[in-house]
Parts: sequence; C-alpha cells; structure tokens
Amino acid sequence: MSTETENPSADAKPEIKTPPAKPAANKPEPTPVELPAFEKSISDKIVEKFGDKVEVAFVKEDRVRINVDKENVHDVAEFIRDGLNYDHVESVSGVDYPQDNEIEVVYHIGSYTDSSLARQILVLATRAPRETNPIPGNDATRLPTLRDVFYSVEFHEREVFEMFGVFFEGHPDNRRLLLPEDWADLPPLRKDFAIKGR
Amino acid sequence: MTFNLPPGLALQKVDERIMTLNVGPQHPGSGHMRIIVQIDGDYIVACDPDPGYVHRGEEKMAEYRNYITNIPHLERPVIHDSCNVLYPYVLGAEELLGIEVPERAKYVRVIASELNRCIYIMYWLAIYGIFLGHSTMFMWPAGDRELLIDLMEKMTGARVTHAHFVPGGVRNDLPPNFEDVCLRQVNYFEKRIKEYAAVFYDNPILISRTRDTGILSRQDAIRYGTTGSVLRASGVDYDLRVKEPYDVYDELDVHTNVMKEGDSYARSRIPWLDMMESCNIIRQALQKMPKSGSVRVKLKPNPKTKGLESVYKRVESGRGSLGCYIVSDAKTEPYRVKLSVPSFRNLIALPNLLKGEKLGNMPSVYWSLNYWPVEADR
Repeated sequence: MSTETENPSADAKPEIKTPPAKPAANKPEPTPVELPAFEKSISDKIVEKFGDKVEVAFVKEDRVRINVDKENVHDVAEFIRDGLNYDHVESVSGVDYPQDNEIEVVYHIGSYTDSSLARQILVLATRAPRETNPIPGNDATRLPTLRDVFYSVEFHEREVFEMFGVFFEGHPDNRRLLLPEDWADLPPLRKDFAIKGR
Repeated sequence: MTFNLPPGLALQKVDERIMTLNVGPQHPGSGHMRIIVQIDGDYIVACDPDPGYVHRGEEKMAEYRNYITNIPHLERPVIHDSCNVLYPYVLGAEELLGIEVPERAKYVRVIASELNRCIYIMYWLAIYGIFLGHSTMFMWPAGDRELLIDLMEKMTGARVTHAHFVPGGVRNDLPPNFEDVCLRQVNYFEKRIKEYAAVFYDNPILISRTRDTGILSRQDAIRYGTTGSVLRASGVDYDLRVKEPYDVYDELDVHTNVMKEGDSYARSRIPWLDMMESCNIIRQALQKMPKSGSVRVKLKPNPKTKGLESVYKRVESGRGSLGCYIVSDAKTEPYRVKLSVPSFRNLIALPNLLKGEKLGNMPSVYWSLNYWPVEADR
C-alpha cells in the first residue's frame, strides 16, 4: 500500500476540486539538486536500511517525511529510535482519506538527547484500511502500536483511537480519553461525521 | 504501596484497603478535569487522569472555516496565551500560502508573544499560589498581570482574546508612543516580580511543600516526551526559541533557564525565571525593531493553497513546545488541522509522578506541571 500512498490522494483530490493537479504532483518526487544535506543523510540512512519498504515523501529543511506500510511501521520506528537517536513523539495525528478508503496516522518524532537533531522533526506516516461503517476496536481499522517503542505516544494513540476509530494492537490501555463514555456516533474527526448545519 | 501494620489495625485484604477517589471535574483543585486516584491511607497508589470535560472540537471546526476565519476560534483553547497558541498555525498557513512577512511585523509578533507568555505565567502562578493556600500569591500576580494586559489592550484592542496574528503579519500596527510605554511597564514589571522571591519562592513553607515531591528524572522527562518548564526543570536544555528559532528569535539573545532537581519546586520556579527572560527579550526587540514599515501583507479574500501539502510548525508557548500540523488540499479551508499542545503532552507524566505521593501533595505536583485543561482537550 505504502508505495502508492501519496499518489492516489494527489490524483483523487482534483476530482473534487477543479484543475490544480500540477502543484500536487510535484511534491512526492523531490528534485535531488537542492535538498538540504543533513536532512538527506537522515532519509538515506532509513532507505539504506529498509530499501523499498519505505518511501521518502519529502525532504525539506528540518523536516523529513517517511511513508511506510503498516507491516513495517514498528521496525522502522525501532530503527529511528535505536539507530538515529530520536527519543520522543511530539504528536500523533490521524488524517481521514475517504476517497482512498484509508486513514493515515502521522507520527512527528523529535529528539532531546541528540543536539544535532534538536531542530529536526521526522514525520513517520502509515495507513490503515478504513471501514465505511466502523465499529471501533472490532473492525479492520487496525495498526500496530508504537507505545513499546516510544512511551510518549500513549495518550496520543488513545486520542486517535476515539477520534478516528483506529485500534492500536498491543496498546496497554485502549480506552476513550476525551470523548464521553456514552458516545455512540461515528468517530468525530472522520470526514463523514458532519457538524450539524454545515 | 502497601504497609505491614500489626493485625487488627490493618484490613487484611489489599482490595479493601484501597479507596477510589474522584478529584474533579467540579472540584476547584483539579481544573476542568477529573483525576481518579486510588489511595491507601494517605498514599496514592494509582492515578488515572480523565480529561475531556471541555473538549470543544477545535480541530473539527477548523476544517469548515477558511485560513483567516479559523483565527478567532483557534486561540480559544488558551485564551490567556492566545498569541502563542495561534503562532504555529499562522506560521504554517504562511508557508502553505507562500507569504513573506514584513520585518517589523515579525518584531511586533515577538513582543506580543513574550507579553502573552508573561500574562499566561502570571495567571498560572496565581492559581498555583491559591491551591497551595498562599492567597497573597493569588492577589499579587492577578493584580500585576493587569499591567501587561493593559499593554496588550493598547496593542491589539482586546484585553484577552487578541486574534492579533494573521497570515501575513499582525492585524494592526503599534499605537503611537507604544515603545516608551511598553519599556516603562516592562521594567516596572520585572522589578515587581523579583519581589515574589521573598514572599513565595524563598518562603520556607512553599519549599517544604514542594521540594522533593513529584520528582521527574531527566531520563523519564525525555521518555515521556514532556516539554516546556517541566522538561527544563528536569535538566534538559531545550527551548525552541533557541533550538529552532522562528521569526526573528535568531537575532535576539535568548537564555534558557534549566534546573536539575526535577521536583515541584523546580517546575514552579522555571516559569518565574522565564518571565524575567521574556522581559529581556522584549527590551531587545523594542531596540532592534524597525521604526517604521508595513506590518501586514494584505491577502486576497479566501486565499487558496497550492495543492496537497502538509506542514508542521512549532513554537515555544508559555507551557512548552506547541506544534500545529496542517494538511491542505488546494481549497480555501484546511483539510486537517492538528494542534499538538504542551498540556496534553505533559499530562502523561502525572500518573507516574503521583504514584507513591501523599494525597495532600497532589495540588502541588499537579499544578506544577503547568497544565491547562482546556488546552489539553481542545
């Protein structure tokens, strides 16, 4: 799945809104001429280790984004921690793509211990299949948890679980966090959950 | 944590000795959240924070409004730190829309952001004081905060919710003579907060209540991914204004306050030191700011982004690093806005810090985390 993560969404978007397909298309293939060197070395290390299991979505100043499919996300995260000295996750965001029938989960990973990485954020993105009629916790929208790799994702993954219905397998505490206990509607940050009157 | 008391004094089964206690959500000692604590006698054996009582769906609302109309509601999670909570969103929107900000606007932003940081910390300090039973420390910061609120009112027109930062700069230029008034007020403010040492920070009662309670080791602070004053009180030198300077922070001399103890006292002292650093930054910014020039690039109505793009920007807010992840898809509204807020990130430390503490120490540990429930819930 991950090899085509960026492209289908970029192609699918302009069907909804009209022409600007060009700017979206030139994002996934960064031109190797002007890439920042230090950031490029980070992405090179990951590509060297995992080959075509990972896809480098972009290399920008201070930001490197890696797309990976859900079978490999745990291994890649372990390498990022042990091999590259990243030590904490700042943010875990779900993004819903109904047109791809997938939900993307994006980890923003940073480092306090390695001062050369203080500016850097490594963006690790993976995708889970999306159910049109979800039963959170009991359907195919599942991903492996990164809680055993990065302790700091604990509450963030609980939030993604309740807001998108992505069940994290192996998470020790898969409960609701912000939503009320008796919430019985769609996970609210999915695109098909509409605000009334909008 | 169980204790071996003589038979007859202790209940035999551990389950019967443990009592579950709800602190909050209405209890004034917890803010708008519930902390479920299990206690054995006086000692906390387990703690389960239950936020979400002020969840307002800011991230969902942001998907229905365009890049400009998102501004007033996105600052609502922390109204008394409203400039800083908007800052990463505005920086991200500028990158997506391809806007270059005028130099003077960057300085105005820095001044507003630092004033707001002080306003936030004074509010937090007032709360911290009153929950430790120190009512002078409630009255003084609440009163002295007015000085800076007056300044922000002169600058933006609003006392608390400023909505001053917009993609492209700031909403209005500084009023005439603002620099002099600001310098005078900030100098007085700095002199005034130094007096807090005698009444609060050197006070033996405060020290005895906060020293060596809720110790967060350096290793754990990193592992939990804490941020801001919590992280720096545990000996990690990390401040985004220095490490990843945004706008004009790279031209200013910013000193990071670090303490090694990692206890509640260190966590309560760091924000106070930060306020003095903020005063330094404001004085530098007033001096280096271009005396005239534009403060805003006018945008076309309903600006659109280029295509499917994402951006992650972060700033140092009053509570720590605040990140904003924006996904755009060539529409006038963002496709997804995610706020990665410091309160939410620091919350994970709470269960681990409270375990083994006395129940009476709960307020001093909990409020020292610089936690703002409304921000964590968004």
